[in-house]
Amino acid sequence: MKVLMFGWEFPPHILGGLGTASYGMTKGLSKQADMEITFCLPRPLGDEDRSFVKIIGMNSTPVVWRDVNWDYVNSRVGSYMDPQLYYDLRDHIYADFSYMYTNDLGCIEFSGKYPENLYEEINNYSIAAGVIARQQDFDIIHSHDWLTYPAGIHAKQVSGKPLVIHVHATDFDRSRGHVNPTVYAIEKNGMDHADHIMCVSELTRQIVINKYFQDPRKVSTVHNAVSPLSKDIQDIVTKKIPNEKIITFLGRITMQKGPEYFVEAASMVLHRTQNVRFVMAGDGDMMNQMINLVANRGIADRFHFPGFMRGQQVYEVLKASEAYIMPSVSEPFGISPLEAMQCGVPTIISKQSGCAEILDKCFKIDYWDINAMADAIYAICAYPALHDFLMNEGKKEVDQITWEKVGYKIRRIYDEVINNSKKN
Amino acid sequence: MRTICLYFEIHQNVHLKRYRFFDIGTDHYYYDDYANETAITEITEHSYIPALNTLIEMVKNSDGAFKVALSISGVALEQLEIHAPAVIDLLRQLNDTGCCEFLAEPYSHGLSSLVNEQCFREEVMRQADKMKSIFGKTPKVFRNSSLIYSNEIGGIVASMGFKGMLTEGAKHILGWKSPHYLYHCIEAPKLKLLLRDFKLSDDISLRFSNSEWNEYPLFADKYISWIDEMPQEEQIINIFMELSSLGIAQPLSSNILEFVKALPNCAKEKGITFSTPTEIITKLNSISALDVNYPLSWVDEERDTSAWLGNSLQREAFKKLYSVAERVYLCQDRRIKQDWDYLQASNNFRFMTTKKTGLRLNRGIYDSSFDAFTNYMNILGDFIKRVDALYPVDVDNEELNSLLTTIKNQGEEIDELHKEIKKMYLTEKATLEKVESNRSIEILKKKMGNITENIKTKEPRGSNSNKVTKEGAKTKD
Repeated sequence: MKVLMFGWEFPPHILGGLGTASYGMTKGLSKQADMEITFCLPRPLGDEDRSFVKIIGMNSTPVVWRDVNWDYVNSRVGSYMDPQLYYDLRDHIYADFSYMYTNDLGCIEFSGKYPENLYEEINNYSIAAGVIARQQDFDIIHSHDWLTYPAGIHAKQVSGKPLVIHVHATDFDRSRGHVNPTVYAIEKNGMDHADHIMCVSELTRQIVINKYFQDPRKVSTVHNAVSPLSKDIQDIVTKKIPNEKIITFLGRITMQKGPEYFVEAASMVLHRTQNVRFVMAGDGDMMNQMINLVANRGIADRFHFPGFMRGQQVYEVLKASEAYIMPSVSEPFGISPLEAMQCGVPTIISKQSGCAEILDKCFKIDYWDINAMADAIYAICAYPALHDFLMNEGKKEVDQITWEKVGYKIRRIYDEVINNSKKN
Repeated sequence: MRTICLYFEIHQNVHLKRYRFFDIGTDHYYYDDYANETAITEITEHSYIPALNTLIEMVKNSDGAFKVALSISGVALEQLEIHAPAVIDLLRQLNDTGCCEFLAEPYSHGLSSLVNEQCFREEVMRQADKMKSIFGKTPKVFRNSSLIYSNEIGGIVASMGFKGMLTEGAKHILGWKSPHYLYHCIEAPKLKLLLRDFKLSDDISLRFSNSEWNEYPLFADKYISWIDEMPQEEQIINIFMELSSLGIAQPLSSNILEFVKALPNCAKEKGITFSTPTEIITKLNSISALDVNYPLSWVDEERDTSAWLGNSLQREAFKKLYSVAERVYLCQDRRIKQDWDYLQASNNFRFMTTKKTGLRLNRGIYDSSFDAFTNYMNILGDFIKRVDALYPVDVDNEELNSLLTTIKNQGEEIDELHKEIKKMYLTEKATLEKVESNRSIEILKKKMGNITENIKTKEPRGSNSNKVTKEGAKTKD
């Protein structure tokens, strides 16, 4: 089975959970022997793991015909792409895009991030996708997140192959209800055109059904999983400070993640106990507001903002923590609690997170219930039996949640969708 | 002659309220009064009252052929006294018919039998006394919380003077043996064991109203015919369940009470009688000893204690609770003693289970096992603080015990001495008064003597005047 996937992020260059999920999912799917995946990215840098997936960069897909010789192409894109593919793609340019800004290879430049001109980049992505869809041979199209829905629709129309879209988040989660109409239109359009919609949680599925008015029969839930920890992460030595317990919040400090509830709960705990420290790692538009709140509550001496962390740093902090907390107001899935549990860190999550649907060995609270949150934090610090139980059982539980299983679930959906489309 | 032993348990735990860690040390009241009242009212209305009325009616209609056994945990009794005294009246009525036996059980419906013998004995005796004060009879047969039993527990129970005990006919203990005989405890052969037939019991308490069950609908004649078809030698059929099965687990709308009501007649037709546990253990002989090394119970598929002590959270809470058992035993504080009963109830530990049984567990106010653990440990934190505040922590229990005994003895001695002093004071007073009066007589005598002498010496002056003084002296006296 050949799958054409459209994505926006791929490790090691990731900005959020989307990249991690895309990576895990493709890797899980690739465990099936007959699975061939072509993954399209706006701007691959060449250091991605290509052992199980073929990566095509949108920034090296020609949309305007240029007469360039092999050696030149090889010197430009050879580090991450076979020059022959460039020529094959060049043979499938389908319209005159010479009015657009293209480079010397006839390709559109991409930032690969979330720039100001995001809509333009989404549009360009879909133009290049048209070329790929004409050249590549595949059975099904799989689009990750709203940025790539237009590309998926385009590819579907060009090839006549069925389209599956993967909803990693909706604008209702990102905006706490203040939905951006343009984003909504793109999302809705993608869902309307899709032959099947996979959602990362039942929570998201309900939003898709109720807010985007989709037929429940074509919407299914495919929970995310987590990749096993690599050797060097496992080898990180835990640096716990004796008699000091660290409670960690990790993530963007934005409205969606509910940081203010964490601060309020921290203040309740700190007014009753000593030897506990709170860490809010990450960056975001509510950071200054949070620093002010911490100062107002008079707990700044025990509440820390180390800023944005990446890679190893994240795991170093996690491993030093007594508990991990994710009080998200609305979280489509949320992979980070699974990562914390992999490190053996007891976890507190909000009931409004998608991952709460598949996790049992952790505290689940309502994001607004700061009393319960404070109580859970206190309990993990004060009762070693509880800490150890959550540490051991949590790890056992999360080790059972693998991308390979997710891969089989997706495969069943693929088979079903392809069968249905053949019937029609 | 084949006989059915029907037994019902009455127990309702006291619901704990939401108790946050910042309440520790400031709030010493742990109970959710509203939840307790609503729970007990609902259960009495839909189960206890209709079920007990039915049982009384059955006894009356059968001319005493129908017999039943009941046990009530002390904790439940306290709640019934407060919220539903009508149930106690009905229990008294049932008791007055003479066809009902009340059994003993641990007062708290707790697990003390597994960990603390002293505490276990104390609460069993307390419960037995309470039964005697209400129903006028001292229970002779014992049933442990959730029918927990092991050789060791059997030994303790026998030493308390009980003649019989109820427990589960667990497959892993019985093997090829049948629960339809009388057995005895391997440690104390005098203690007879009645084993629950879980199939027949669960047919009523679990499956009766389940329309997907292949025996649905179940009628009394069919049920009795199952019993009748058993091999002739199998004599006792023990059907044990919670009383709330009639009305709550199996709703009244399923006609469960009509089913129960029809049992005596159907049984009579087949020549099957009803007996109380005491009748069985006095009439029949034990067939063999039962060897139970690890505690068994009537809960879950495993029939062991894993529903309460299966995970490390439960064991931790359990250990913490009983770490203060001796202190509580030694103290005289009534509120602490009461909290101790309520905190021991096995339900508190059940809420913390992480077992997946397939059956939905009602965790009450708790979201999860962790939530239940946290809330319980917070309360326990406060409780232990209060217990520790009674006596200095650095004195160990043995020393404390001897100190308390000394204090008690000295107190008694002081009382004795006080009494003695009082007695002595009284005798002293009496003697003093005697002495006093003797002395005054003496003085008088002396005076009299003087006077007479005076008179004798002054005689020559004239007898007339002498007479007057003599009279004057007399009047002076």
